Amino acid sequence: MTLNTRHTPESLRSRSEAVAGSLPSLLADAQHLAATILLGEHGRKRAGTGDEFWQYRQAEAGDALRSIDWRRSARADVHFVRQTEWQAAQSVMIGVDDARSMTYSGSKARPSKLRRAQTLAMALAILAVRGGERVGLTHLAEPPRGGEAQLMRMASALMDPEDAGDYGTPRPQVMPLGARAVVFSDFLGEVGPVEEALGQAADRGVKGALVQVLDPDEERFPFDGRTLFESMSGAIRFETLKAGGLRAAYLKRLALRKAQLRDIARHTGWRYHCHHTGEGAEPSLLWIYRALEKVRL
Amino acid sequence: MIGGLSFAAPGLLLALIALPILWWLLRAVPPAPIRRRFPGVALLIGLKDDDSQTDKTPWWLLLLRMLAVAAAIIGFAGPVLNPPEERETDGPLLVLMDASWASARDWPVRLDRARGLIEEAGRDGRPVALVQLTDLPAGEGVAFQAANTWLARLDNLEPQPFAPDMGAALDWVQGIEGEFQSFWFSDGLDHPGRDDLAQALADAGGVIAFEGGRDVLGLGPARFEDGVILVPGYRLETEADRAVTVQAFGLDPTGVERELARGDLAFAAGDGEAELELDLPPELRNRISRFQIAGERSAGAVSLTDDGLQRREVGLLAGASEAEGQELLSPLHYLRQALAPTADLLEVGLSDLLLASPDVIILADVATLSPEETQGLQAWVERGGMLVRFAGPRLAGSDVARDQLDPLLPVRLREGGRTVGGAMSWGEPKALRAFDEDSPFYGLRIPADVRVSSQVLAQPDPELASRSIAALADGTPLVTRARLGQGQIVLFHVTANAEWSTLPLSGLFVQMLERLAISTRPVDPDAIDLAGITWVPEVLLDGFGTRREAGVMPGVDGIDLATAPLSAALLPGLYSGSERRVARNVLGAEEMLSAASWPAAIPVEGMDARPVVTLAWAFLSGAFVALLIDSLAALWLSGRLPGLARTAVLLLAVTLAPEAQAQEESDEALALLATSEVTFGYVLTGDARLDETSRAGLYGLGLTLARRSSVEPAPPIGIDLENDELVFFPMIYWPISPDQPIPSDAAYARLNAYLRGGGMIVFDTRDADIGRFGTSTPNGRALQEIARPLDIPPLEPVPADHVLTRTFYLLQDFPGRHLGRDVWVEAAPPDAEQIEGMPFRNLNDGVTPVVIGGNDWAAAWAMGENGRPLYPIGRGFAGERQREIALRFGVNLVMHVLSGNYKSDQVHVPALLDRLGQ
Repeated sequence: MTLNTRHTPESLRSRSEAVAGSLPSLLADAQHLAATILLGEHGRKRAGTGDEFWQYRQAEAGDALRSIDWRRSARADVHFVRQTEWQAAQSVMIGVDDARSMTYSGSKARPSKLRRAQTLAMALAILAVRGGERVGLTHLAEPPRGGEAQLMRMASALMDPEDAGDYGTPRPQVMPLGARAVVFSDFLGEVGPVEEALGQAADRGVKGALVQVLDPDEERFPFDGRTLFESMSGAIRFETLKAGGLRAAYLKRLALRKAQLRDIARHTGWRYHCHHTGEGAEPSLLWIYRALEKVRL
Repeated sequence: MIGGLSFAAPGLLLALIALPILWWLLRAVPPAPIRRRFPGVALLIGLKDDDSQTDKTPWWLLLLRMLAVAAAIIGFAGPVLNPPEERETDGPLLVLMDASWASARDWPVRLDRARGLIEEAGRDGRPVALVQLTDLPAGEGVAFQAANTWLARLDNLEPQPFAPDMGAALDWVQGIEGEFQSFWFSDGLDHPGRDDLAQALADAGGVIAFEGGRDVLGLGPARFEDGVILVPGYRLETEADRAVTVQAFGLDPTGVERELARGDLAFAAGDGEAELELDLPPELRNRISRFQIAGERSAGAVSLTDDGLQRREVGLLAGASEAEGQELLSPLHYLRQALAPTADLLEVGLSDLLLASPDVIILADVATLSPEETQGLQAWVERGGMLVRFAGPRLAGSDVARDQLDPLLPVRLREGGRTVGGAMSWGEPKALRAFDEDSPFYGLRIPADVRVSSQVLAQPDPELASRSIAALADGTPLVTRARLGQGQIVLFHVTANAEWSTLPLSGLFVQMLERLAISTRPVDPDAIDLAGITWVPEVLLDGFGTRREAGVMPGVDGIDLATAPLSAALLPGLYSGSERRVARNVLGAEEMLSAASWPAAIPVEGMDARPVVTLAWAFLSGAFVALLIDSLAALWLSGRLPGLARTAVLLLAVTLAPEAQAQEESDEALALLATSEVTFGYVLTGDARLDETSRAGLYGLGLTLARRSSVEPAPPIGIDLENDELVFFPMIYWPISPDQPIPSDAAYARLNAYLRGGGMIVFDTRDADIGRFGTSTPNGRALQEIARPLDIPPLEPVPADHVLTRTFYLLQDFPGRHLGRDVWVEAAPPDAEQIEGMPFRNLNDGVTPVVIGGNDWAAAWAMGENGRPLYPIGRGFAGERQREIALRFGVNLVMHVLSGNYKSDQVHVPALLDRLGQ
């Protein structure tokens, strides 16, 4: 299990079982999602160290004798060197906000924001691992790793809920220099910590994407009548006599929040994307993947 | 009590005062908020509501709640509409019912009212007696009994088809001892002696009269005058104009009673009488057996008809006269005079007469007839005709019936006849002897001036006496009669003119003809007409005007029938005696219905007691509905409605229009199912086994098709002809069972549209083992019955070169479970000719719309889910071969349906020739 979970001995077993129970479905979802994007091996498109064959080229002065491919050279009058494609592993750090607010879903037909964020995160992780990258979670004090085993570790860590507050803040523990990062959150809490965290990341050369996951109800505010709104933990309350009358004001504030996030992202060289749980996950995954590719090249 | 409305618990109404307090309370309390978890609340903090409108309940919701509460309060206070009236509640109660024909019009209402009164008396513990004035209890006095005993008998009471005898009733009432109160259910007519009875009842302890509100309508006896039927009608209320429909009923030529004519009886304002004129052809007129006022259920509204309305067709034929005789000497003159007013006369040749088949044929002095004519006449008499012959010089001078009995004469005749009282004879002209009791003329008065001077004489014979129905004073027969088959032959031994006797000059002649039912009486019979005969009832009317067979009712004397008032012993109806039938109707020819008038001392109540209506439930359910609306409105106000509203609308839609929706959906589903793939249909016959066989058959055929051809049909669909659309199916298999229902007109319209649109129906009578096509097997008859309204072209057995024989397989036979050869398809056009050297005719048009056979193909095709045949066919390998051929026929059939006459194209002839080995 992870280092910073605070298990009591009593809760350990039941929590492990609960996590293990939902793990396969998360992985399956993520695998399924990843399968729609998988574009093959992601080499550097140039010769380098790696396993994949890249090209034969004529041996030049300076090439080591042992690098000559004798079998190919025997069929010609010149010597050939067999080159492999350069495959350099990148680190992709993934952050998923697991605050209470993420557990909201406006309808039984839609997954919660958290679930959707986890699915996207795992799908991204699978894609990265298949591409030969190393992946890790930002809130774990572990370095990113590659391989299928890391996927399992990540999935377990993602599914292991923490006793979090109403709204989450990004708190990266490990930020390898020059890594790529993706942060999933609804960003409904304070904006300050986000700005701060992104500034620090930019300082370390970490670039990536902010993915704001919102429920369609949060976009539309389809409420009316006398309503007592509560945050997910019940800590914050707000009562209105005519919810419909507040719609315009709410939507204005939401737009403002999105603009803020976009600004922060632009200033730090990150990219911003808003995903709705009412839509399919594939377009967003594709967007994230493209975003990381662009940053990478 | 306010305007017919009273309350069981008026005190509760005080609670209405509390309504304003409730108003104030409800206004003070706003609707409760909804708690809603919402992460976006962080963005909401600090926002302000722009108005505070809905913190109080809106006025209309308040009003609704007020109404609900008010309705509930009123409901619990027990409002009652038409509370029961107060009446005297002790002492014995006598319920008198007129129970005459005039009560029948609203008899159930009367019974209900009587039941209500008796029940009420029962609740008050009063002893009750119930008496019908038309059916007075035997003996003196009356037994007052507990109300319950009368309630049980009440349903068995029936009105009688005559008026009550008030005199007898008065005697009976005066015989009751003690004081009692009376409820008198009057029929509204002023029967003689009614006032005295009312006075007697009032004296005995008070009387309340009950009268119905409906008009009394009646019909008098119909009569025939100047070529039209006149039906008098009577009514009681004379204020306004009124038109009443009168129907004439009778047997139609097939022997079924039906309405033959109808007319409007128009009463003018102030008139209690009217007369309906009906001008009907004689054939129709003679069939009428009764007139009836439409919608009236009473013996008075029925008028039975008798011979008076019937005009017989009488054929007249005289012996050929060589010279043009004088009119008064014509043998037919007196007959014409006597019969013309009451009968339709035919004077044509004998052969034409026989064709017209009249009721009576009169031959005046016709001696010899050709053998053909004799045979024809004889046959006609045996079928029930009446042949009347008059003697005359020719008959007397001929040899007819000298030596042996002529079949068309009742007696043998002596040669020459005799003349009495002539210039050359000694005797006086003879008078008539009084008629015997068994003579049909019995009772007729013989005028003194009737004299017979000449006659033909009958041979003495043992049977002569029994055949003679009228004789001269010296005993020689004057009229003889003999039965022949169902008919009779009557011979007047004198001429039909005044040459031999004065009889044709007298009224007796007409009466005799009438008694023989040659002519019919023109007007109402009087006592003398009917006297001397015992009249036996044939059909009697009950109080409701329903006719029933008289059964073994005793006969009635003629004078009674004519004059006695109707009573239990003399019921209205149709009476028959000797040859005639006389109707006695409830109302006579000159009636006047007059309304009963009651002394001021007697209170009169209507028949329709206004029912006590308890309104509590109406108010309470109103309150409930208002509360329901209120809760919906409250939900809507608080914003919780959207989800609920969808559910509610859905629920409403489901409950309100399930039929239409289901129908629509099923139609759509059927269309989708049937059109997404090739689908064959079979007609659901209602016989589950048969339907299952059809389904399995088409399923098996589908499997075979899928294996052997590129047609891969979907599973077959059962078709309900009444509801399902047919156009989606390229082929419909219709097994015939003898007891399947005949489709409705709408279904036939769809079937015909289907056939015209190029569909194909395969009819399978499934009985080729027991009968060939067109034979009268039960299934064959059912097929004829079913297929009659269908638009089916001319058919022929499948010709050897029909395209069905080569659409996929080359076939000569079309077996199914049976091996019948007959399979019928649309006939080839008549101009199709075989061209020399070509094996097939050029039949390039259209797919046959029907294939009719009886080989039970479905059973041969039937396969289970595993592809194994379900039914055994034939024996052993031959049976399997037969099944194979049956399946091949099925494949051919489907190919024919799907590809039309493609294979009929001559292009394929060489290949086919090659395969045929020619």
